[in-house]
Amino acid sequence: MSNQSTQLEVKNLTTCFKTSKGDVVAVDDISFSIKKGETLCIVGESGCGKSVSALSVMGLLPTSGYVKSGSAIFQNNDLLLMSSKELEKFRGNRLSMIFQDPGSSLNPVMRVGDQVSEIFQIHLNMSKHEGLEKALEMLKQVEIPDPESRMLAFPHELSGGMAQRIMIAIALACNPDILIADEPTTALDVTIQSQILNLMSEMQLKTQTAIILITHDLGVVAEMADNVLVMYCGQIVEYGDVKTVFNSPIHPYTKALMKSIPVIGKKTRRLDAIPGRVPSLDMLPSGCRFEKRCIEKNNYVLTNCQNKIPPIFSLDSLHGSRCWLEKGNE
Amino acid sequence: MSKLGKVSKNLSDNLDEELLLQKPVSVWKRTIKRLLSKRSGKIGLLLICVIFVIAIAAPIIAPYDPQEVLIGKEVVKLKKREAPCIHVFGCDKVKPQHIMGIDGNYRDQFSRIIYGSRISLSIGFSTVSFAVVGGVLLGALAAFFGGWIDNIIMRMMDVILGFPSLLLAIAIVAVLGPGIRNALLAIAIVTLPAYARLTRASVLTVKELDYVKASLALGASPTRLLLFRILPNSLTPIVVLATLGIATAILDAAGLSFLGLGAQPPTPEWGTMLGSERNQVFSAPHLVFFPGIAIMITVLAFNLFGDGLRDALDPRLND
Amino acid sequence: MITYILKRLLISIPVLFGILLVTFVLARLIPGDPCKAILGEKATVEVCEKFEKRFGLDKPIHTQFLLYSKKIVLADFGNSIRFSRPVSQILVERFPVTIELALGGLVVAILAGVSLGIISALKHNTPVDVGTMVLANVGISMPVFWLGLMLAYLFGLLLKDTIFWLPPSGRLTAGLSSIPFFEVWGWEVLKGTTKSKFLEFFANHYIFNALITGNWEIFKDAIRHMILPVIALSTIPMAIIARITRSSLLEVLGRDYIRTAKAKGVKSKNVVSKHALRNAMLPVVTILGLQMGGLLSGAVLTETVFGLSGVGRMLVEAIYARDYPIIQAFTVMIAVTYMFINLLVDISYGFLDPRVRLE
Repeated sequence: MSNQSTQLEVKNLTTCFKTSKGDVVAVDDISFSIKKGETLCIVGESGCGKSVSALSVMGLLPTSGYVKSGSAIFQNNDLLLMSSKELEKFRGNRLSMIFQDPGSSLNPVMRVGDQVSEIFQIHLNMSKHEGLEKALEMLKQVEIPDPESRMLAFPHELSGGMAQRIMIAIALACNPDILIADEPTTALDVTIQSQILNLMSEMQLKTQTAIILITHDLGVVAEMADNVLVMYCGQIVEYGDVKTVFNSPIHPYTKALMKSIPVIGKKTRRLDAIPGRVPSLDMLPSGCRFEKRCIEKNNYVLTNCQNKIPPIFSLDSLHGSRCWLEKGNE
Repeated sequence: MSKLGKVSKNLSDNLDEELLLQKPVSVWKRTIKRLLSKRSGKIGLLLICVIFVIAIAAPIIAPYDPQEVLIGKEVVKLKKREAPCIHVFGCDKVKPQHIMGIDGNYRDQFSRIIYGSRISLSIGFSTVSFAVVGGVLLGALAAFFGGWIDNIIMRMMDVILGFPSLLLAIAIVAVLGPGIRNALLAIAIVTLPAYARLTRASVLTVKELDYVKASLALGASPTRLLLFRILPNSLTPIVVLATLGIATAILDAAGLSFLGLGAQPPTPEWGTMLGSERNQVFSAPHLVFFPGIAIMITVLAFNLFGDGLRDALDPRLND
Repeated sequence: MITYILKRLLISIPVLFGILLVTFVLARLIPGDPCKAILGEKATVEVCEKFEKRFGLDKPIHTQFLLYSKKIVLADFGNSIRFSRPVSQILVERFPVTIELALGGLVVAILAGVSLGIISALKHNTPVDVGTMVLANVGISMPVFWLGLMLAYLFGLLLKDTIFWLPPSGRLTAGLSSIPFFEVWGWEVLKGTTKSKFLEFFANHYIFNALITGNWEIFKDAIRHMILPVIALSTIPMAIIARITRSSLLEVLGRDYIRTAKAKGVKSKNVVSKHALRNAMLPVVTILGLQMGGLLSGAVLTETVFGLSGVGRMLVEAIYARDYPIIQAFTVMIAVTYMFINLLVDISYGFLDPRVRLE
């Protein structure tokens, strides 16, 4: 489905981790693509593999992790086959990533201005002086009040929201084609959250950067996403554009997620939680991973559910679900 | 909708039950398992056991009495500071076997080294016991009562820490007079502040925890709280420090003895043995080499074990 | 920042007072009569009375302490009972030896320790790492005096006729002597004045002296004599520094901001040198003060083994001889030096870690 405006196409990415109990599959055969100016949200519970997917694409896995198979084609280059040296030219430049806890994501002994200017020195070959000038401009663009004195501050002197703006400034400094944001607002207050999200949207309009937004907050997805990828236990269980997935979810997990969103004003006695818990990655069932908690299953498909991992059935080219119940609907 | 609700409720009960039926793992079992899985902890523990066995079985293992002067008692006349003679390695069978040679007073060095293990182990344990008890007490008192008690105790600790440790120990021994007991006391005093500070920090943290405040509000006795709730929760770093402290104590004691301020001759303490023969190192290196190796192996054993213990007790590592 | 420094300085004052008090009390508590210890058992009562009066030992204790404190602050250390020479003169002659030794030990320990720690961390879990850590463990378990004696035996005797031979004792080869720089440059210096003591103090650092006067023969000779003692002395601190550097660097490399640096496209060698190292060095700097204490302590043992006439050895001898002025002065000087170094370490930590300045 290569299109001129497709920026990144990930196919069959599988990532594993080496543990004392053997190798564990954290990301199991996921595929997605993203176009220029689009926002793709990857949503799922903690530990479902959404962050690991992003880190795999960026080549930032910890030493115990490795990509087992798959490809990530970015502008005619397979990121997964590139060496560290080659990737370094892309990172921060064409591909950027921001992380969850902005306070700990900045170097505590370096001044903020130096950390922003560094990216200009690396990728645009500027001198320190020129880098600092551009850094000041970026700080103004991300709407940091009193940017001149902020340049000299140290990270611990900044609030969470301010620090995340700095991270965004660093990430967007070289007008990257893709920005990966891994739970950028999870560690922030709700009020700051919306400011940051607005900032990201505004910057995106200006630069047409594609954004891959990883989150477990369905509210954020509703606000920001063009397309949604729902992950569960290392696998994609549903994908589609945001309206369809929210209004007509197919996969039982997605349905349960949508149902669990509390509606203000509606009287209930008990919140609709999903019973049970996510299976541990070293003790995965041989069939569908959601089967034990699924309330939609019926006797007709039960054998399949328990013994064979369902493939993704595409409803149409834009909506798909990994569920045996969809077998007839392709 | 209500039927689905009922189904989901049953499902959730079943799944929760599954969770509850899993057995919790005992902290001690996990610690011991982790300790034994790391190389350093295993080797350390092994060495310590070996040394303990040697110390306990000294009368059996040592071929001679450590204080026995051997002039005229051997068939072949012995030279002073004779080099080691091991029959297996080719030493003439006529000469009596002395694995580590003879020291400057015609005594068998091997036996003295064996007996020396007893002294070193007791030095290590008694020094650390004294320092731990004293330090923990002072630290706990300082943290618990705060105010001027805290200030005075901590200033005293600062003064002790204001001197390089061995030098202060030397000065204390100078006042009290040379000898093992005084050397032990000196080393204990010098190492005490570390435990005091550690305990104080731990107690301060635990003191602020809600359950302690709640207990006090309900009328619990502060002393009982301190002894039975607060201190046991701060034990881990103290245990690790104490194990490593045994190593330091043995080294410091050997240093003091080397200078003539610790164990006095003819006690077969390794540092003393080294110290009395140091001027003969060129002619009789075995009299310097073996005691030093003995010190090193013992200290290494406790260091390795302490390291292994620290890693095993580290709450940050999750299985 | 200024408040931070001032606060640190303020805290030092009661510690200083404590040091003076403790040294005074300890020196006085040493059993035995200085008169008899120095003049012999047969000294008569009248002789001893004169002796005591001369050294102010007949005044009440608190007066003695006040006089003592006053003198210390004015750097008047009195005369050695044993040598009948000003203690300050003896200090000037002996302190440089200990300083050269301790400083040399510190430099070697830091350079070697940090390098080994970094290499170990970067080659985590490889044989290099394991081997270095094993060596480090062995290193911290070795008694300084034993290592010194063994090194002396190896390099002083076994390798005697090879190029690897190193002198096992003394500061300079017999027959060679260091000429103070002010004599070489022809300065007019009156003996016995404060100025002369000041200059002599610097001149007695033979290595430094030889360097600034360009005397390569003495320079090489002095350094050769320092090699073995410095190696012996620096082994334990080096091993400790290596271990802490390694664990600190490993921890820092796992932190979020390192991941950010990589995400920015910073080259991997720069990630370590520009981002990780400075943060990793913080715990190392913290323990430097403590290591200096260990170096000063170890200097006593090393000086004894290698026959160096430094402060440590003299202190032990003075304790045996009940030479109060020397005991007091030397202990105070060592303790003050130690305190000063800890102060420097504290302050430099404030420069390195901006988070601490807020306290």
